[in-house]
Amino acid sequence: MEQSDHIIAVTTIPTALVPALSAILLGVFLVLGTGFAHSDTIHNAAHDSRHSFAFPCH
Amino acid sequence: MFKRIFVTALLAGFLGGLGISVVQQFTTAPIILHAEKFESKGAPDGHKHSNLDKAASPHLLLAQAKETPPTEHKNWAPANGLERTLYSTLANILTGTGFALILVACIALSGRHVDGRIGVLWGIAGFTIINLSPALGLPPEAPGAMAAELGPRQGWWMFCVVATAAGLWALIFRHGAFWVVAGIVAMALPHLIGSPQPVRIGGPVPPELAGHFVAASLVTAAIFWSALGWLSGNIWSRLGAK
Repeated sequence: MEQSDHIIAVTTIPTALVPALSAILLGVFLVLGTGFAHSDTIHNAAHDSRHSFAFPCH
Repeated sequence: MFKRIFVTALLAGFLGGLGISVVQQFTTAPIILHAEKFESKGAPDGHKHSNLDKAASPHLLLAQAKETPPTEHKNWAPANGLERTLYSTLANILTGTGFALILVACIALSGRHVDGRIGVLWGIAGFTIINLSPALGLPPEAPGAMAAELGPRQGWWMFCVVATAAGLWALIFRHGAFWVVAGIVAMALPHLIGSPQPVRIGGPVPPELAGHFVAASLVTAAIFWSALGWLSGNIWSRLGAK
């Protein structure tokens, strides 16, 4: 069982790596854009969402 | 793999963001509106609160005295009511999709079997990393709360998130005493260093309201992450079965 887990991991990671890193980059961009951007307009539009998710705000 | 990751994340993020917007209307949103009454006393048009925030918040008053000329122009903000709710929903969907992309990418990288039930565990890990651990140093703030400068708080938050994620990874996916110790140290490090704290405390928002907001924010985040993990795991396993 231990060995079959190992084989799955070894064969899956190379095919997942590029799409997963692309997804992480886009995800970080979306979260930072809505939750952290210093633009006043974005801040005001996303204000309640930022407070609810407890991103540092103001 | 591209399609499986992105379809899972976009669907789960959209549904999770939309769902949590409804939950927020009953949990955090009423407290935010209530807190703003204290934050901007005597100002009935609460939708311009972000400008009023700056006038009402003592720590920013100090900063403004140094940096901002008295002719402060008013920036756009959504009007209270439907418009504000719609913008909050849009922000929640974008944030939810962002978190879903990261969560599903981590599931894909792990190479493990993940379905709806196991997805909930992944979601709880996300909650621990993004909300629970940072809340110890920077408790969720109701509008008007006293706080340190924004930049250092955002920096500490990101440091805490990365350190907690690394610590959880070491504890869950590595084996042996070394990784257990390394994981615990990584998760404790941001808190041992300490988060940026305000020079003074005692803002205009009553402590009962501020305390209630902390609970409401954490409960809402726990619901969001559990749902996001469940949705992601279910869609992920269904797309993999084809």
